[in-house]
Amino acid sequence: MEQGLTRVVAAPRLSAAARRRQLREKAVAGFISLMAFTGIAALILIIVFVAKEALTLFTDADARHEASLAKMFLPQEGRYPFRWQPVSDTPKVSMIPLFVGTLKITLVSMLVAVPMGIFSALFVAEFAPRRLRELLKPIIELLAGIPSVVLGFFALMVLSPVVKDLFHLDRPLNGTLAGLALALAIVPVIFTVSEDALTAVPRSYREASLALGATLWETAWKVVLPAAAPGILAACVLGFGRAIGETMIVLMASGNADIVSWNLGDSARSLSATIAAEMGEVVVGSPHYSLLFFIGVELFIFTFVLNMVASTWTKKVLQRLTGSAS
Amino acid sequence: MKYTTRRAVGLGLTGLTALAAFFIVGMLALILLNVARNGARHLSWTFLTQPPSDGMMGGGIFPAIFGTAALTLLMTLAVMPVGVLTAVYLHEYAPPESRFARWVRVAVVNLAGVPSIVFGLFGLGFFILFVGGNLDRMLGYEEMHWAQPGILWASLTLAVLTLPVVIVSTEEALRAVPLEQRTASLALGATQSQTLARVVLPGALPGILTGAVLAISRGAGEVAPILFTGAAYFLPDLPTHLDSQFMHLGYHTYVMATQSPNVTEASGPLYATVLVLLALTFALNLVAVIIRTRTRRKAASAH
Repeated sequence: MEQGLTRVVAAPRLSAAARRRQLREKAVAGFISLMAFTGIAALILIIVFVAKEALTLFTDADARHEASLAKMFLPQEGRYPFRWQPVSDTPKVSMIPLFVGTLKITLVSMLVAVPMGIFSALFVAEFAPRRLRELLKPIIELLAGIPSVVLGFFALMVLSPVVKDLFHLDRPLNGTLAGLALALAIVPVIFTVSEDALTAVPRSYREASLALGATLWETAWKVVLPAAAPGILAACVLGFGRAIGETMIVLMASGNADIVSWNLGDSARSLSATIAAEMGEVVVGSPHYSLLFFIGVELFIFTFVLNMVASTWTKKVLQRLTGSAS
Repeated sequence: MKYTTRRAVGLGLTGLTALAAFFIVGMLALILLNVARNGARHLSWTFLTQPPSDGMMGGGIFPAIFGTAALTLLMTLAVMPVGVLTAVYLHEYAPPESRFARWVRVAVVNLAGVPSIVFGLFGLGFFILFVGGNLDRMLGYEEMHWAQPGILWASLTLAVLTLPVVIVSTEEALRAVPLEQRTASLALGATQSQTLARVVLPGALPGILTGAVLAISRGAGEVAPILFTGAAYFLPDLPTHLDSQFMHLGYHTYVMATQSPNVTEASGPLYATVLVLLALTFALNLVAVIIRTRTRRKAASAH
């Protein structure tokens, strides 16, 4: 009996099978952790390999001459100070028209999508009856499931004549059309994130406000919306990032002219559409090729920064409202 | 202000928010109805099963359907194991407060925000030029073999693009598996990996499949990443090797819509192509959303 007791108390000695099992567990855990590294690796590889192809611009003497930073961003001599014509006898590589085009189109889309997104989120989160809310939320999110090439096609075939007549524009393809079509793509983003932020506001806020005699609208507008403000800002920032990077809609609907004009009826060329339109015909390793990758680096950096800002704000609103850092 | 006026103003503004919500729904319905009505007119068995002829005006789009399906299948094979295991790490294996897990999350969030055209550049720079170029050198090919656009590279590019979709859905599915099931399994003497393989993953399977469906729907519709990693406008032959180029519904739509000499004449086959593409992506999305809403409701009532 005594012997049996000491045997139990002594440190358990693992059988060979148990040791094998332990080893296998460790191997599985190690493999799974290794797989989890893929996400980080992908992000790093993306920036490294896009930047690598763009680097020639700064290392190669020919490329440096043809496309210096000054030529990209400062006005050039001649009749047109800003032109993007990388395939010509004297290549012109000013990125200003691309920046102006991108901003113009993005601005139009934000002007439409932000109020639409926030208002519909307010309706779904605050005013709609429960049954309607459960129906509306997935339906609006379904809009995000339409491929952007289909939205571009829709803009081309259906919206284009309507927009042209409505705003009395000269061209069928222009910045306004691209912006409106783009709004369709980013409304679901703004809606979803805003709605989540509004729903995260505790019930007690609403009850206190209503008890003090505020109407439903006043409660929603002056209590719930301010409480969710960082989350809603994050929604707008995310939508902005999506709008800057969206390619197919803009490529198909904007007309792609490299002009510097803030007129919304003019055709416009965006950064992303430029890559998509020109990468197919470019000579690998040429300055033009590196330039397109350089635009890719710019897009990556813009969206990366916007994403980080958005996720910080989302975290902030959750922290403030729920008191936890999840 | 009197309470009644305040209420009236509030009701008016509330109506405005309702208008915004229903306007979005209306636009969605308009797009779907427009495509369905105009597309159905030109849709036929021949259109679905024949290769194009007469400069895209006649015949069908079978190679594009096949190319899209093959591309998404390869993408799914690549993305599912990696995505699911990453989510498993984040939810089951990562120690609490793990710094590595936090970095993985940050990377996934940012990966989801990278513009799709940048994925295209990445596919070209990394998969085709770097991996493909080195493969050719190592395997001793004289001419380019792997260092050119092909279906394998396009599908791997899309796999990276859809990785966040799979990770997020799988994690949500894992969260829905009750903790008691894990503790019960562990208490019966099962190891962690046995619990994972026989209790947790089967329990999370519907959610994981939802993730797969969402990833397929997203991947099948993306055009920008495959523009220069493998899509071709006209190929009468189906892709037979991992390095063949392929036709794609979305790319087909883009080229036909922007480069046809006469768009009104091409609008029949064009609308039908869009309808097939939408049926593929949108229907899958619809299925995923319905399953997801149902599981969410079940999870909410279980707690």
